[in-house]
Amino acid sequence: MDFTLNDEQRMFAETAQTLFGDTCTPDHWRKQMESGEARDDARWNAIVETGLTLLLLPEEAGGLGLTELDFALIAEKAGYVALPEPLAESAGVAAPLLAALAPDSEVLADPSATIAIQHPANPYVLDADLAGAIILHKDGEAYLATPDQVTLTREESIDPFRRLFKVEWDVANATPLGKADWDLALDRGALFCAAQGLGLAQRAVDLAVAYAQERQQFGKPIGSYQAVKHHLASAQVAIEFARPVVLAAAADIGKRDVQARARISHAKLVALEAAEKAAKASIQVHGAMGYSWEVDVHLFLKRALALKQYWGSPAFHRGRIANRMFTQPTGPDQTFARETENA
Amino acid sequence: MDLTYTPEQQAFRAEVRAWLEAHVPAQPLEHYDATREGFEAHRQWEATLKQGDWGMVTWPKEYGGRGVDLIQWLIFEEEYYRAGAPGRVNQNGIFLLGPTLMEFGTHEQKARFLPPMASGEEIWAQAWSEPQAGSDLAGVRATAVRDGDEYVLNGHKIWSSRAVFADWAFGLFRAPGTERHHGMSLIFFPLNAPGVTVNAIKKINGHVGFAEIFLEDVRVPAFNRLGDEGQGWHICMATAGFERGLMLRSPARYQVAAARLAELWEANRDSADPALEADVVRAFMNAEAYALNIYQTASRLMAGAKIGPEASTNKIFWSEMDIHLTETALGILGPQAELTQEAPDAASYDWMDDYIFSLAGPIYAGSNEIQRNIIAERMLGLPRK
Repeated sequence: MDFTLNDEQRMFAETAQTLFGDTCTPDHWRKQMESGEARDDARWNAIVETGLTLLLLPEEAGGLGLTELDFALIAEKAGYVALPEPLAESAGVAAPLLAALAPDSEVLADPSATIAIQHPANPYVLDADLAGAIILHKDGEAYLATPDQVTLTREESIDPFRRLFKVEWDVANATPLGKADWDLALDRGALFCAAQGLGLAQRAVDLAVAYAQERQQFGKPIGSYQAVKHHLASAQVAIEFARPVVLAAAADIGKRDVQARARISHAKLVALEAAEKAAKASIQVHGAMGYSWEVDVHLFLKRALALKQYWGSPAFHRGRIANRMFTQPTGPDQTFARETENA
Repeated sequence: MDLTYTPEQQAFRAEVRAWLEAHVPAQPLEHYDATREGFEAHRQWEATLKQGDWGMVTWPKEYGGRGVDLIQWLIFEEEYYRAGAPGRVNQNGIFLLGPTLMEFGTHEQKARFLPPMASGEEIWAQAWSEPQAGSDLAGVRATAVRDGDEYVLNGHKIWSSRAVFADWAFGLFRAPGTERHHGMSLIFFPLNAPGVTVNAIKKINGHVGFAEIFLEDVRVPAFNRLGDEGQGWHICMATAGFERGLMLRSPARYQVAAARLAELWEANRDSADPALEADVVRAFMNAEAYALNIYQTASRLMAGAKIGPEASTNKIFWSEMDIHLTETALGILGPQAELTQEAPDAASYDWMDDYIFSLAGPIYAGSNEIQRNIIAERMLGLPRK
């Protein structure tokens, strides 16, 4: 039993944090929102060069063959900057799914290409127009198509950086890939939503802390008032108790049993609750400024609200936890239990 | 990261489980705060634990422990709660003062105080709060005046848990003329020493879980001072870290409660409000999250880290979790919830008692308001004034 990260994991996460921190600042968001550009090419190239898109791909497919835990740490950092590019969806979910079905697929050979995925859990597909390929779903089977082989209808998201599309397509225009592991895709999607939620939450708190240290009312910084402190402390408590759940879920996703799935669901629920709670607290602490487009907090609220319903609604995930509770033993010796041990 | 138990850890669990199965009393003991008999029955249980060397498993062998690490301690606690073993009457000693003594005590002090603590021969009360100093502990006024090899203690302590029946108390005293955090010392005194008067205060459940203590020229040897003179505040804060964090509230307690809540829900699913299922699931999630957080902290501490202000986040989490969990049970019980255990239709488990007890959680060990201030100031860096 060792519930700590190793040096390599910490180093990788720090590298991503520095890269995102340098390239995904409020100035970048503003420019991108004004220009309407879907992605920042310089940033995306840096992400690709650092190898972040290859992290979860198996070595046979030219990847680094690392684990979901390693990727979750990166996704957390992506959440902290509200990263506009679909790194988690493409490199975290779609690419490994495609590699499992068609490791020789051309699009996998280009680490800068994003891959979009249409999953039964998500009615709208993220960044489908710019993807090198789209994985499509029909009756449990997977198909692959390029954006020009399908009909895309843009569905505007409240999150200015989430580019959603309704995808209509014809089996005749797509390449069949066979039966896909959609459940694993959902687990990865939910897990990386959770990891991003941690980052979103921490950023919302950090923005509010910075503001509360500066902003003066009644002759002193508002952060010296207990009522303000308590909003942010409560949000931080939510983060502290979501984080170990996310890490444990990431470490055990490969077990693929009732307990592992319940823990992923648990992680998704609490991390996005923490994100929403932190964003709401942050808006309150910012006062009227927090309600303005000018202050960045709304970006974190909107991403949290979007991710909350993405890759399975809260009701879906609560149901998976109830299933674990009522079909498997619970209690103090069952924290790290496995389905197989109890068979 | 490896979230599986080693063979040694599994063997340890099996050893604990077997011993507890053979020794845990078949009938629950009367509560240690209810009567002298209940208290003494618990003291006897502590002695039984000591016979198996399970009194204080994390302490070094020379002080009456087993020298196990924090993960094994968690396993021990899991088995302890799983077995339904009696509550630890000496928790103020073994979980609060014990770790503090281990860190700040001299070898002679450890040898004098730890073994009888581990065996239940000497049961400890804490005597920190005063009528004018609750969460603002720096406001204590009780004094300790040095007189040769002794201290002369005077003052008025209150909200002292266990003090009605316990043998010893540890209290915070100041040198006359000192203010706030300065000049305080942590000093032990026997509760039967001349000049000590203990008056019971009933809790809202009728138990005599609290006392107020009057000290009039109570003489204790200077040996009873833990740490240097004037170091009391610093030591006290370390003890508070143990109290709010790991040791006082091991996760197993809430995992047992969550499992019991799930059983209650399954037994009443047809009659209870269906909306309550979400709360039952939430109680399970909370207990799991708390366990994972503590395992993570234990792993970090074993890797050499020190416990910091995150102890305050624990305090808030477990106290709020406990209220939510027991409130949910009362909701499932509906009209049955208000019945006392003597009523013919009483539920088989006293959820109301647990609920009432949970209401104290956000108050003791430093109120949750104070914990939130600590988090805001020491974790987040918000200004103090």
